[in-house]
Amino acid sequence: MKGYKIIVLAKQVPDTRNVGKDAMKANGTVNRAALPAVFNPEDLKALEQALRIKDENPGTTVTLLTMGPGRAAEIIREGLYRGADDGILITDRKFAGSDTLATSYAISLAIKKLSPYDLILSGRQAIDGDTAQVGPQAAEKIGIPQITYCEEVVAITKKSIQIKRRLERGVETVEAPLPVLVTVHGSAPDCRSRNAKLLMKYKHAETVTERQDGTDDYLELHDARPYLNIHEWTVDDLNADEEWLGLSGSPTKVKKVTNVVFTAKESKVLGDKDDEIEELIQELLENHTIG
Amino acid sequence: MSNFYSDNKHIKFHLGHPLMKKIISMREMDFADKDNFEYAPRDFEDAIDSYEKVLEIVGEIAGDIISENAEAVDKEGPSIVNNEVKYAKGTQENYDALKQAGLIGLSLPRKYGGLNFANTAFVMANEIVARADAGFANIWGLQDCAETINDFASEDIKEEFLPKFSYGGATGAMDLTEPDAGSDLQAVQFKATYDQENDQWILNGVKRFITNGDADISLVLARSEEDTQDARGLSLYVYDRSHKAVTIRRIENKLGIKGSPTCELVFKNAPAKLIGSRKFGLIKYVMSLMNAARLGIGAQSVGIAEAAYREALKYAQERSQFGKEIIQFPAVYEMLSVMKGKLFSSRSLLYETSRFVDIYKSYQRITDDRKLEPEERKEMKKYQKLADGFTPLLKMISSEYCNQIAYDAIQVHGGTGYMKDFPVERLFRDARITSIYEGTTQLQVVAAIKGVTSNIFLDRIKEYEKESLRPELVFLRKILIKMTAEYEQTAQNVIEMKDDELLDFHARRLVEMAGNIIMGYLLTLDAMQDDEYQNVAEAFIRRAEANNKEKVYYINSTEQRDLGIIKQ
Ligand SMILES: Cc1cc2nc3c(=O)[nH]c(=O)nc-3n(C[C@H](O)[C@H](O)[C@H](O)COP(=O)(O)OP(=O)(O)OC[C@H]3O[C@@H](n4cnc5c(N)ncnc54)[C@H](O)[C@@H]3O)c2cc1C
Ligand SMILES: Cc1cc2nc3c(=O)[nH]c(=O)nc-3n(C[C@H](O)[C@H](O)[C@H](O)COP(=O)(O)OP(=O)(O)OC[C@H]3O[C@@H](n4cnc5c(N)ncnc54)[C@H](O)[C@@H]3O)c2cc1C
Repeated sequence: MKGYKIIVLAKQVPDTRNVGKDAMKANGTVNRAALPAVFNPEDLKALEQALRIKDENPGTTVTLLTMGPGRAAEIIREGLYRGADDGILITDRKFAGSDTLATSYAISLAIKKLSPYDLILSGRQAIDGDTAQVGPQAAEKIGIPQITYCEEVVAITKKSIQIKRRLERGVETVEAPLPVLVTVHGSAPDCRSRNAKLLMKYKHAETVTERQDGTDDYLELHDARPYLNIHEWTVDDLNADEEWLGLSGSPTKVKKVTNVVFTAKESKVLGDKDDEIEELIQELLENHTIG
Repeated sequence: MSNFYSDNKHIKFHLGHPLMKKIISMREMDFADKDNFEYAPRDFEDAIDSYEKVLEIVGEIAGDIISENAEAVDKEGPSIVNNEVKYAKGTQENYDALKQAGLIGLSLPRKYGGLNFANTAFVMANEIVARADAGFANIWGLQDCAETINDFASEDIKEEFLPKFSYGGATGAMDLTEPDAGSDLQAVQFKATYDQENDQWILNGVKRFITNGDADISLVLARSEEDTQDARGLSLYVYDRSHKAVTIRRIENKLGIKGSPTCELVFKNAPAKLIGSRKFGLIKYVMSLMNAARLGIGAQSVGIAEAAYREALKYAQERSQFGKEIIQFPAVYEMLSVMKGKLFSSRSLLYETSRFVDIYKSYQRITDDRKLEPEERKEMKKYQKLADGFTPLLKMISSEYCNQIAYDAIQVHGGTGYMKDFPVERLFRDARITSIYEGTTQLQVVAAIKGVTSNIFLDRIKEYEKESLRPELVFLRKILIKMTAEYEQTAQNVIEMKDDELLDFHARRLVEMAGNIIMGYLLTLDAMQDDEYQNVAEAFIRRAEANNKEKVYYINSTEQRDLGIIKQ
C-alpha cells in the first residue's frame, strides 16, 4: 500500500485564550457556555504535520479521532476542510466525567479498532485541562512507543520516523520505529487554512445524531455521497469495559478549585550596587520566584 | 486572531442585497453544476452559505496573516534576483496561504477548476484583502487576467491557461503601459509579429510600470498591424513566463504599495498566443479587463478606507487632550463622521456597481450557450449601460475618498500619525496610487461624463426615487429630489452651451454631483434594511446638498471666456 495511515487525536476545547469576565463560574469552574468551542491549538498543529506527510506521500490518509459531546463533530468538519480524509466521533453519555485515564482508555480502544495504522499524532496539551497526559497514556495502553514535544517531522519511511523535539534548552532529533504516537508542541508551524473547495464539499458532513435533528435540508445527499457521513462510535462500538469509563473509571477527583488573581503589591527601588543586586537575587531565590 | 470578514458586518450586509438571488441563480445557470461537482451549490441558500464561509476564510487569512505581514512587507519590498522578481518574505507567505486555501480562480467556471463565484463575492474578497495590505491586494487581484482569458480566448487557450490559475495558483499581470503610452493606450508601439515559419506570434518591446511584471501568465497589449497608429492596430496576447524571454530591467522605488513589484520589462522575441481576434485588443478586450480592474481598485480603495477609518476611530477614543478624549471635540468627531460617510457611501456604490457588472456578465455567459430572449436582451443592454457608467464613477469617487480618508486618519492621530509606528502612515502612502493607476481620476471623468450626457445617471436616479421608503426616511428623498432637479438643470445648461472645452472643464463637477445624489439614495435605501445607515445617510446627504450647491453656483457663473484666466 502506498502512503501512510495516520490518525490525529483532536479535542474540542473552550477557547480559554479569549477569556472574558464571565469565563469562570462563581464556584471556580470553567463556564463552557460563555466560551466559544474551538479546535485545541496544538491539535491543529498535529493535523498540519499529518497533512504535510500527506502532501509529500500520495496515498496517505488522515483520520481524525475526537471524543466529546455531539457538537464536537464540528472539529471533524474543521479537519475535513483542511485536508483530512475522514473522522470519527467517540460519543456516549457513559463517557461523561472522564479524567485523563478514562479518556485515554476509550481513545486507545478506538485506535485499536482502526488498526493497522502507521502513525498517531496528537497535540501536546489541551488548553482546558492542561495535563499533557492523554497522548502518552494512550501510547502506553496500546503498547507503542511515543515521542513527545514534536516540533517537526523530519523524515518518515515505512519503517521509522525522525522527529525534531523542542526541549527547554534546545532541540534534539530522535528516531523511532513505526507505529508510534507523537505529541506535537506549540512551537510547531501553524495549521493551514481551510480550503474553499473542501469546505464546500464537506460542509454538509454530519453524524447520524446530527442528521436526526433534521435541520439539514440536504439529507438525500448523504446516500449519494458516503463521505458526508461522520462516523459516531459509542461504548458498544468500542467493546469497552464500563468500569473503566466515565466517573467510575476516573481516579482523579477534583478536591478544590481556586481562582487565583495575580497582583503586584509593593515596589522596591534598588540602586546599581553589586550587593543590592545580590540581595535581590537571594530574596527572589528564597521565595522561589526564580530558581 | 482577527477575521476581517466577520468583524465587519457591512460586507455581509451587502451580500444580503435582494438582487443577489437573481445574480447567483444566473451565475449558476439554475444550479446546473450541482450533481457534477462535489463543491457546487444546490440552491440559492446553499450558495450564499458557501460565499459566507469562503469569505470567512479570506477574512481569517487577511486578519491573521496578511495584515500581520503588512508592515514588514512595506519595509522589505521585492527585489530582482537572477532576472526574477523575488517577493518580500511576507508577500510570499500571503500568496501561499491563499493558494493553499484554493482562493485563486475564484470566479472561473468549475470546469477549469474555479469556484464560479459571482463577481460581487470576488470584489468583497478583494476589499477584505486590501484592508489587510493594499499592495498585496494587487498581486492577488490580478487573477482578473484569468477572467479575461475566460471571456475572450479560444477553448484551447482556456484549457491550457485557466487550470494554471485554479490548480497551480499561477499569478497574473497586465502589460499595457509604455513610456509613451500611459493614459493614451492608443499610442502603444510594442510590437507583435507573426512568425510564419513557426506558426506563432512573437513579441518585442518595452513595457513600463507593470504590476507583478514577472507573473506566471501575462496579458500583453501589442501593435500587430503594421503601419497603423491607432487603437485599431492593437491586439491582446497571453505570454507564459516559462518561455524566459523577458528581462526585468528594474523594479520601481515607490511612495506606497511597496510590496507590489512595479516592473520595467523588455520582451525579446517572446512567443505568445493571440487572445480572440486581431485588432480587438484595446477596443474590446482591454476595455473589459480594465473595467474589471477598475472595480478591483474600487474594492482596494474601500479596503484602505476601512482600515484608515478604524485606526482613526480607535485612536480618537483612546487619546486624551485638555482632559478629555479627543473624539469629544466637534472638530474631531466631524472628521470621523465625514470619513464614515465617505466610507459607507463608496462601499454602497462599489457593490451596486458590482451587481450591475454581475448581471450583465452573466447574460454574456449565457449568450455562449444560447440566443437571448428579447426581454433578456433588453435587460442585458440596460445593465451593460449601467455597468459602463457606474464603473468609472466608482473608480473615481472611491479612490479620491480613500485618499481623503487616509489624510484625515493621520490628522486625527496628530503627530503620532506622521510617524512610522502607526499604520495610518502606510495607509496614507498606499492610498495615493488608487487615483492614478487603471486610469487616473481625470480619465475616469472622461468616461463617466457620458453617464451625464446620455442620462444613464439621471435615469437610474429616477428609478431610486420610486423605491418605497419608511416614513422617517422620506425627508431625505425630498432633499435628493431637489438636488436632482438642480443637477438636471445645471447639466442641461452646460450641454446647451455646445462648447466641448467648457464641458470638459466642468465634467468632474457634474459627475461628482450625480455621484452625490446616487450615493445619497444608496445610503437611504441601505437605511431601509439597517438602522445604522440612517444617521450616516442623513449626515452624508446634508453635506452632499451643500457640496452640490457650491458646484451649481460655480458652474452657472463661469463662461468660456473665464477659462482664459485659468488656462496655464
Ligand atoms: C504603481 C503603479 C502600478 C502600475 N501598474 C500597471 C500595470 O500593472 N499595468 C499597466 O499597464 N500599467 C500600470 N501602471 C501604469 C498606469 O496605469 C499609468 O501610470 C496611468 O494610466 C497614467 O499614465 P501615465 O503615468 O503615463 O500618466 P499620463 O498619461 O502622462 O498622465 C499625466 C497627467 O495628465 C492627465 N491626463 C492625461 N490625459 C488626459 C486627458 N485626456 N484629460 C485629462 N487629463 C489627462 C492625467 O490625469 C495625469 O494627471 C502602473 C502605474 C503605477 C504608478
Ligand atoms: C515632524 C514633527 C516635528 C515636531 N516638532 C515639535 C517641536 O519641535 N516641538 C513641539 O513641542 N512639538 C513638536 N511636534 C509635535 C506637534 O506639535 C504635535 O504633534 C501636534 O501639536 C499635535 O499634538 P499631538 O500629536 O499630541 O496630537 P493630539 O493632541 O493627540 O491630537 C490628535 C487630534 O486631535 C485634535 N485635537 C487635539 N486637541 C484638540 C482640541 N482641543 N480641539 C480640536 N481638536 C483637537 C488634533 O488636531 C488632532 O487632529 C512635532 C511633530 C512632528 C510630526
